[in-house]
Amino acid sequence: MRVALFIPCFIDQLFPNVGIAMATVLRRLNVDVYYPPEQTCCGQPAFNTGYWDEARALAKRHAEIFADADAIVSPSGSCTAMVRNYHPELLGKATRATAHTYEFAEFLVKHLRVTDVGARFPERVTYHDSCHALRELRLKDEPRQLLRHVQDLELVEMDRAETCCGFGGTFSVKFPMISYAMDEVKVSSIQNTSARYVVSTDSSCLMQIDGYLRRQNLPIKTISLAEVLAST
Amino acid sequence: MTNSALQQFERDAALKAADRQHRAVIQKNIGTYNIAVANGRKRFADWPGSDQGWQNARSHAAAIKWETINHLDRYLEQFEQNVLANGGHVFWAETAADARDHVLELARRHGVQKIVKSKSMTTEEIHLNDALEAAGIHAVETDLGEYICQIRGEPPYHIVTPVMHLTKADIARTFQEKLGVPLTDSAEDLTMIARAKLRQEFITADMGITGANFAIADTGMIAVTENEGNARLSFSLPRVHVAIVGIEKLIPRLEDLALLWPLLAASGTGQTITAYNSLIGGPRREREADGPQEFHVILLDNGRTRLLADVEQRDALHCIRCGACLNTCPVYTNIGGHAYGTTYQGPIGSVITPHLRDAQEWSHLSYASSLCGACTDVCPVRIDLHHHLLHNRRNAVQRGFDGLIQRLLFRAWFWTMQSPARYAVAAKLGNFALRRGLAGALLKPWTTGREFPAPPQQSFRDYWREHERRP
Repeated sequence: MRVALFIPCFIDQLFPNVGIAMATVLRRLNVDVYYPPEQTCCGQPAFNTGYWDEARALAKRHAEIFADADAIVSPSGSCTAMVRNYHPELLGKATRATAHTYEFAEFLVKHLRVTDVGARFPERVTYHDSCHALRELRLKDEPRQLLRHVQDLELVEMDRAETCCGFGGTFSVKFPMISYAMDEVKVSSIQNTSARYVVSTDSSCLMQIDGYLRRQNLPIKTISLAEVLAST
Repeated sequence: MTNSALQQFERDAALKAADRQHRAVIQKNIGTYNIAVANGRKRFADWPGSDQGWQNARSHAAAIKWETINHLDRYLEQFEQNVLANGGHVFWAETAADARDHVLELARRHGVQKIVKSKSMTTEEIHLNDALEAAGIHAVETDLGEYICQIRGEPPYHIVTPVMHLTKADIARTFQEKLGVPLTDSAEDLTMIARAKLRQEFITADMGITGANFAIADTGMIAVTENEGNARLSFSLPRVHVAIVGIEKLIPRLEDLALLWPLLAASGTGQTITAYNSLIGGPRREREADGPQEFHVILLDNGRTRLLADVEQRDALHCIRCGACLNTCPVYTNIGGHAYGTTYQGPIGSVITPHLRDAQEWSHLSYASSLCGACTDVCPVRIDLHHHLLHNRRNAVQRGFDGLIQRLLFRAWFWTMQSPARYAVAAKLGNFALRRGLAGALLKPWTTGREFPAPPQQSFRDYWREHERRP
């Protein structure tokens, strides 16, 4: 099975280590991975802002680029949801790419049937449910199963783990005060756990949370699930 | 995209979002609600279908409303025929003004001086109280929450719990200030003060106005759900009862209430069933002890048929106004109900208001969401709420409400993303700008309260090219 890496544009540009960590873990599990360099963006920013013609053109492009992959794996619940749930609406049909795109944790647990990837991360962590992983892809337990199998990792649940962090792409720029309030609520839930790390499937959520934590000089760090799973 | 509703929203939402006291009150009240709802849903544990009772109940309810809304013409006519057969009257109001004028005409015809009202969002929607006051008719809200709103001169903060934003102390101060009663910290005392005032109003009112939670086609009845008994008094004591009913309130059969009553209770307040559920089937008949001499139903369109004509979003008319989407919404819970500036707040309000009112003026509400989808998950009639926010956004762009700057930005972005070469160049420029701190103005709304991540030395694609050979 050849697995294509779908590295969302903002991961490519801002959080390359997340993509590298995902590729590392997949290779440890003897998965044959490759990266189609023609990929740019799945079109989600345009789609969510109402520019569906533009999003459609990018969806078409995306489907062509990934047409040959046996499976397409992405370290983002949000971009996976865009491809799997919304590209079919834009294109008027499901394609090979839409049907075979998986979020990383989902791919590990549901398709490779692996929950222990041999990682070690000796920290107390709490898990933030990304809205799109949770509600678009219905991934609630899969990321937690993976975390529970990480050696020396202590997983503590926060209150309202399912509440949005307030990012929402252009929403956080169009309505910054609302987004900021949501960020604040999320961080206060995180603080109450006494965890040292916040983990999530989605680096966009983590960017939102981390931006707040660093501005406030709070001693909590963010880390993607892929990076935790790549740690040894 | 500049308009006054947007500016007002931005201002009010920003103020409330920063108000931590407001946040604490809402979080506490919604925390109580959440515990109750978990309990209320237990009733559905055995709802037939599979092992997921609550989910089956939602699907069943959605099917009932789907059937109704897709044959609304038929059910409305059946309802009208049955109301007439029961001795009631039906008026079809195409606009808010039609509905208001009809109420005023009925009031004039019956020499009405005083009206008691039970809680009704449709009367809020058509601004009935203002019209009545202008005509010199005294209208009193009799739902405790609505009564508090009325004496404070505020619109309801929430479609189900109108004063969710107030504490007991706030209400005590309101009563002291507006009713001249001593301050008290007893909820019971406050209730008794309102009760004493309202009893007098019930006894002397000439007309009762209610909404309806459901209008039942096969019996010509309306169903009214409440917890205080004030709706019962409003429609049984005065000489004339007028019910103002949105056309989406129709349900086909009386037996559908076996699901919809508990479903509304579970989602609205977390009760297994609300305290009072009444079925009103017409005016007082011979040998009946109570009830009005006349029963009027006003069927209100006021933009609903525009939503009905939109096949994509027609299911927004399934709404039973339970308020669950408001309570779960992280935007609503941070900015509160008043910031929306609409009759219907929260996710459902953001979905339907551009259809019911001016699409351009209210398009910003569809953007004031992180698209987290929590609303869609709790909706007891499975309205695809966050998906409809996306549809509204697409419609806004198609109709040219998007604004020139945003349009140009997205055009440039699109041009870039269509080509890996252009994308790579733009990315390099972006990385350079971030390093040199040149992206400040663009990022400012976001970085006002946060640190932007430090740009990495190398993008993923550059790393991959350097470390891997293309297969």
